[in-house]
Amino acid sequence: MDSKNILIKVNQLYKIFGKGDKSALDLVKKGMGKDELLEKSNCVLGLNNINLNINRGKIQVVMGLSGSGKSTLIRHLNRLIEPTSGEILFNDTNILNLTPKELIQFRQNNMSMVFQKFALFPHKTVLQNVGYGLAIQNISKDEWYEKAQRWIKRVGLDGYETYYPGQLSGGMQQRVGLARALATDAEILLMDEAFSALDPLIRSEMQNILLDLQSELHKTIIFITHDLDEALKIGDKIAILRDGSMVQDSDPQEIIMNPADEYVSDFIKDINRARVIQAKSIMTPTEAKSSGATVKEDMVLEEILQIMSDSPSKPVTIENSKGKITGRIEMVNLIEGMKRPKSLGTNITG
Amino acid sequence: MDWIYNFPDMSRSDLRDFKKSVDFAFTNFSRTYGEAIESFFEPLLMFLVWFEKFFINTPWPLIVFGILLLAWVGSRSVVVVLGTFISFMLIGYFGMWEDTMSTLAIILVATFLCISIGIPLGIAMARSNKIQAFVVPILDIMQTIPSFVYLIPVVMLLGIGKVPGLIAVCIYAIPPIVRLTNLGIRLVDKDVLEAADSFGANYWQKLFGVQIPLALPTIFAGVNQTIMMALAMVVIASMIGVKGLGLPVLQAISNQYLALGLMNGLAIVILAIIFDRVTQKFGLRMQKYRNEGKD
Repeated sequence: MDSKNILIKVNQLYKIFGKGDKSALDLVKKGMGKDELLEKSNCVLGLNNINLNINRGKIQVVMGLSGSGKSTLIRHLNRLIEPTSGEILFNDTNILNLTPKELIQFRQNNMSMVFQKFALFPHKTVLQNVGYGLAIQNISKDEWYEKAQRWIKRVGLDGYETYYPGQLSGGMQQRVGLARALATDAEILLMDEAFSALDPLIRSEMQNILLDLQSELHKTIIFITHDLDEALKIGDKIAILRDGSMVQDSDPQEIIMNPADEYVSDFIKDINRARVIQAKSIMTPTEAKSSGATVKEDMVLEEILQIMSDSPSKPVTIENSKGKITGRIEMVNLIEGMKRPKSLGTNITG
Repeated sequence: MDWIYNFPDMSRSDLRDFKKSVDFAFTNFSRTYGEAIESFFEPLLMFLVWFEKFFINTPWPLIVFGILLLAWVGSRSVVVVLGTFISFMLIGYFGMWEDTMSTLAIILVATFLCISIGIPLGIAMARSNKIQAFVVPILDIMQTIPSFVYLIPVVMLLGIGKVPGLIAVCIYAIPPIVRLTNLGIRLVDKDVLEAADSFGANYWQKLFGVQIPLALPTIFAGVNQTIMMALAMVVIASMIGVKGLGLPVLQAISNQYLALGLMNGLAIVILAIIFDRVTQKFGLRMQKYRNEGKD
């Protein structure tokens, strides 16, 4: 990816919570781990040398278990948390050098956020909540009313303008949260486990709303989650954090096919591989046409299996979105692809 | 071994000198600055006197009507308004109208003073732990010190009259509003504040747009408590020359007039109940959004 497409660049970001964080930083840089640091200096290692490039107009997922530092990381991007050391470049401006006034401007215009627990203003109506980001910019009431109204409609809540958040269900509340974040027209959307508090059906519905909006708006979204299925569904790129360190940051297919370590393997071991692995990840590259049917390279294995089951001996031809042949898949490749890699420590017995 | 049985205390003459020098210093202070301080409080006195006269000189039906209107605006409850009406009619019928008006005037002025000092102080405390650490012990002292103790310096400085009475009432009544403003603001959900931050709200936008509105029910509980405590102080304030319902109570105590004491005491109770119900109902209405369930 060339550097023009990179909107946010996080360089060597460290965050240590607690007193004496500067001296603790030296210890961390020398390689001290989270547990040892806590024991030795009573400081908590939040982020450990994070380097991350976030592409313009894409959805960057940050994944990890609770306590892995993902919420800490996202809060550095709009400086709700100040780092101990490092830099965060947004269009070549270091966000960490912004004065308090510039920071407020930056938050108003460039970045908005959706929260896990919705964090709506309970004393404001849906309309006032959605318009909040605009109202505090001293935009005229007519203007923000109109904009807020439009976003309320866009997330499917028209008719609820005068309701208070307490009167809405969780899913509806998060739609308000989403509309509130979108209403400022900020190009970056930070979503901190935005759908984690919702039940599975509503969550899936919200994911679809988000993807639908994204296909039209092309925002740069940083999406935090601990749910791999969610990450695979919406992420253009997935970064995995563990104990404050970045373990892997790559294309979703790459994560499934080549997990960087045991931790990532653990993460992906329960997913339905047939439903997420795409043809391009397992095909044998060739430009020659094979004897079987022709399928697109982003088709998942499950569907290819359906096609191949009619004539198992004929390999299928794989083509890219432009119709050019890029590879071939045989039945044995399919079986190989669906099998978990050896390193995953399969616990199949008998 | 004498010191085990007798506390090694100051000698009597030293102690006497010590007390004398404190008294002397304060007397000097009040001689030098008493007048300046008195003139500093002059506008307050004028306001209080004007307010009291306004209450006493306005025809009673107008006052009753005004109070009923306020009770209605505050509580939106027919029961409260009706109760207020009956109470005031009884108070007037038993000849306590003028005293009640005086008391009402001083309570309202004291409450106004407490709110206008207490709320900003509470906000400052919520903003800074240092200010909080400094103010809390002072509030503790104000709430626990026997009121007679601070009546002494107040009277030495300002003499006997309405203003020292007002100050005494305020010292007694201000702690709840300060404490509860501080508490209310500190209890505002951190997530919600973070959301306001993330959208680029500045300190004042957060304070007036999020913190105070969400703390309002708690702040209002503070206002309610302040009014109650001001009413409780009415009798003691009458000892230093505040007119009103407290004075007859004081006379009743010294002369063993049972009926007089009961009547005026009950009038104070009635005022307290009316204030309490109206402000509480108002406080509840302000947090309507909290009480409505999901649909």
